[in-house]
Amino acid sequence: MNFQGIFSMSRKDLTTLVIFSIVVLALPIWLQPFGAAYPDLMQKFAIFGILAIGFNILFGLTGYLSFGHAAFLGVGSYTAVWTFKLFSMNPIPALIFAVILSGLFALLIGYVSLRRSGIYFSILTLAFAQMSYNLAYSVLTPITNGETGLQLEAGDPRVLDSMFVAEEAGLPVSNFFGIEMSGIPGFYFCAIFLILGFFITQRIFASPFGMMLRGIKSNQTRMNYTGFNTRPYTLTAFVISGMYAGLAGGLMAVTDPLAGAERMQWTASGEIVLMTILGGVGTLVGPVIGAWLIKYFENIFSSFNESVLHNLFGFLPDGVEGFVVELTSMFVGEGWHLTLGLVFVLVVTFLPGGMMEGYRRITTLFTGGGGDGDKKAKADDTQTQPAE
Amino acid sequence: MDAIFLQFLNGLDKGGAYALIALGLTLVFGTLGVVNFAHGALFMLGAFCAVTLRKILTMQKVVLDEENLTAWGTPTEIRTTYVETWFGDFGTQLVNYSVPLAILLAIPVMLVVGVVMERGLIKHFYRRPHAEQILVTFGLAIVLQEIIKHYFGANPIPQPMPSNLAGAADIGVMMGMDPNIIVYPWWRLVYFAFSVIVIGAVFAFLQFTTFGMVVRAGMADRETVGLIGIDIDKRFTAMFGLAAVVAGVAGVMYTPLLPPDYHLGMDFLVLTFVVVVVGGMGSLPGAVLAGFMLGILQSFASMTEIKAIIPGIDQIIIYLVAVIILLVRPRGLLGRKGVMES
Repeated sequence: MNFQGIFSMSRKDLTTLVIFSIVVLALPIWLQPFGAAYPDLMQKFAIFGILAIGFNILFGLTGYLSFGHAAFLGVGSYTAVWTFKLFSMNPIPALIFAVILSGLFALLIGYVSLRRSGIYFSILTLAFAQMSYNLAYSVLTPITNGETGLQLEAGDPRVLDSMFVAEEAGLPVSNFFGIEMSGIPGFYFCAIFLILGFFITQRIFASPFGMMLRGIKSNQTRMNYTGFNTRPYTLTAFVISGMYAGLAGGLMAVTDPLAGAERMQWTASGEIVLMTILGGVGTLVGPVIGAWLIKYFENIFSSFNESVLHNLFGFLPDGVEGFVVELTSMFVGEGWHLTLGLVFVLVVTFLPGGMMEGYRRITTLFTGGGGDGDKKAKADDTQTQPAE
Repeated sequence: MDAIFLQFLNGLDKGGAYALIALGLTLVFGTLGVVNFAHGALFMLGAFCAVTLRKILTMQKVVLDEENLTAWGTPTEIRTTYVETWFGDFGTQLVNYSVPLAILLAIPVMLVVGVVMERGLIKHFYRRPHAEQILVTFGLAIVLQEIIKHYFGANPIPQPMPSNLAGAADIGVMMGMDPNIIVYPWWRLVYFAFSVIVIGAVFAFLQFTTFGMVVRAGMADRETVGLIGIDIDKRFTAMFGLAAVVAGVAGVMYTPLLPPDYHLGMDFLVLTFVVVVVGGMGSLPGAVLAGFMLGILQSFASMTEIKAIIPGIDQIIIYLVAVIILLVRPRGLLGRKGVMES
C-alpha cells in the first residue's frame, strides 16, 4: 500500500478520526466537570479503549466470541515488565516486545481454537486462558513471580540504560527519552496509541479484508462455498486483536510497572466482552464508549461508601433514609459488580447493539425514521419482550 | 498399586461434583438449547442454602449473668442455642446434621430459583444466538454471586460435617489389606455415594416415567411433540428447575469438603463446561462419564511422582484434555453425531 493509499479515507471516516482525536486529546479538559480528569483514570480510559477496540476487531467483525482475551493482556504486561528489567526503562522497546510476543501467543492459541466455531470456540479460548492463568500462578513462578506479581527491583540489569545513564537510587520510573511516563504525559502517551489503534481499526473496517471478516460473520458456510478459505482471515483477525490486547497490557506496565496473574483471570476477559457489548459490537467508537463508561462508573461507584450515602440521602426522614441507604449500598462500593452485572443483563436483553444502537434508535425516533423503514422493522424484530 | 487406588478414590468426590453440575448443564442444553453460564452460580446458591440453614439452627439466645463477672469486669454471657433449648438432644442432632438437612431446604429453594430464572429471563433467549445466551447468563451469574457476597461476605464459611462422619474410613482393612494403607475420609465416600444416587434418580426419572419420556421425545424432536398437543415448554421449564435442584443439592453436600464463598460457582463453572464439552454437548451419559473421568484424571495428575515429570500438569490437565478432545473428536466422547459439530 503506498503512502497515498493509506490516507485515501472517505470524508466520513476522516471526520470521525479527527473528531475522535480531538475528543481523546481533550479528555483532561472535558472530563473536569465530571470529576474524572485525573491522570490515573484517564490512562485507564486510553488503555481499556485500546483493549476494547482490539476485541471488537475479532468479535465485532467475525462474530467469534473469545473468552480468553485477558491472557494476551497478561502476556503483554509480563513482557513489558521483563523488558524494563532486562533492557531499558524506555517504553518503546517494551511495547514492541509486548505486541510481538502477545501476537505470537495469539497465533498459537488462535491456530488451535479457530478450528472450531460458536460456543466451542468460546470454551477453547476460555480453556487456554485458564491454563495460562493457572500456570502463571504455579509452575511459571520464576517468570511471573506468582501471587506477588512481577515488579521492578533495584538489582535489575537494565543493560541498555546502564550503558548511558548512571544508576540512580530507588526504583526507576519508565521514561520516554527523559519524560516520565506517569501523570499527564503518561496519559498522552497512551492516548496517542489509542488514536493510532483507532485509525488502524478504521482502515481494517473499510478494507476488503474487513468486508471478508463481515462476510464470515454473516454466513461462513456461504463464504466457504464461494471458494474462500476463511481460516487465514479469522486467524489474522484473532492475531491482530491479540496484539491490541498485548499493547494494552504493555501500556498498563508502562504506566505502572507491575504485572500480576489476576489480569489473566477469565472474569477479566468477561470485563472486556462487557465493555464491547455495552458500547456496541461491530461499531467503530462503540467499544471505546463502553470502556470509558465502565471505567468511569467503576471509579465513581466504588468510591461511594455508607457515609457518602448518608450525606446524599440526608434529606429523607430517618427510617426511610436507613432503608434507602441499605438498599443503595448493595450497588455501590464493594457491590459495584452487582450494578455492572445488572446493567449487563439489561443491555444484552433489551439493547443487544449496545449504546450505539440506543443512539440510533433515538435518532430514528426523532427524525421520524423516514426511509429507514426496513431497519426499524428489523430492530423491532430483534427486540424481545420485557424480562420482568 | 495402593497409591493408584487411593488416587482413584480421591478423584471420585470431585468427579461426583463435576458430574452433577455437568448433568444439569447438559439437561438444560439438551432440552432448551441454552448455554447456561449461570449454572455454576446455582451450585453456589445451593452451598449457601447449607450455610443459611446452619445459621438459623445455631441462632443463640444470649443471657447476661450479672453474678459472675469475666476478667474484664463485664457480665458473663451465657449463650444457648434455641433449637437445643427447645428440643434438647434432638436439637443437638439437628445442628450436627445441618448439612444433609439443608438438602430439604435446597430442593424447594432451588426449584423456585430455577423456574423464576427460566421464566423471567432465559425464555427470552431461546431463539437468540449462543453468544447472547452466554453473555446474558454470564451477567446473571455476576448478579447472583454479588448478592451472595453482599449478604454473606467475601470469606469462605466452613461447614462442619456430621461428627460421626468426620473421621476417615480404613478401606484397606475392609479389602483385606493391612491397616493404614488406604485411609479415606468418610464424607468423601458419602459424597460419591450421594452423587451416584442423584445421577441414578435423574436417569430413572427420564427413563421410566411418562414425564421423562415426553421430555426425551422433546429433546429429540421438539416440534413433533408440540404438534401432538403436548405443552413441551412447560416440561422443559420443569427440567430447568430439576437441573437447578441437582446443582443446588450438589452444592449443599460439597460444603464440608470446600468452604463455600461467593465465587465458588465461577470456579466450578469453567471446569464443568470443559466436562460437558469432553462428554459431548447434549449427551447425559457423556456428562456423567466425563465428570468422573476428569475428576479422577485430575487426582492422578496431582500425584507428586507425576508432577515431578511434568511440572504444573495438575493445574492444566483438564483443559489440556478438553483441547485435545475438541480437536480430535469435536462431538465429545459420547456426543451424538452432528451436534454442534462445525
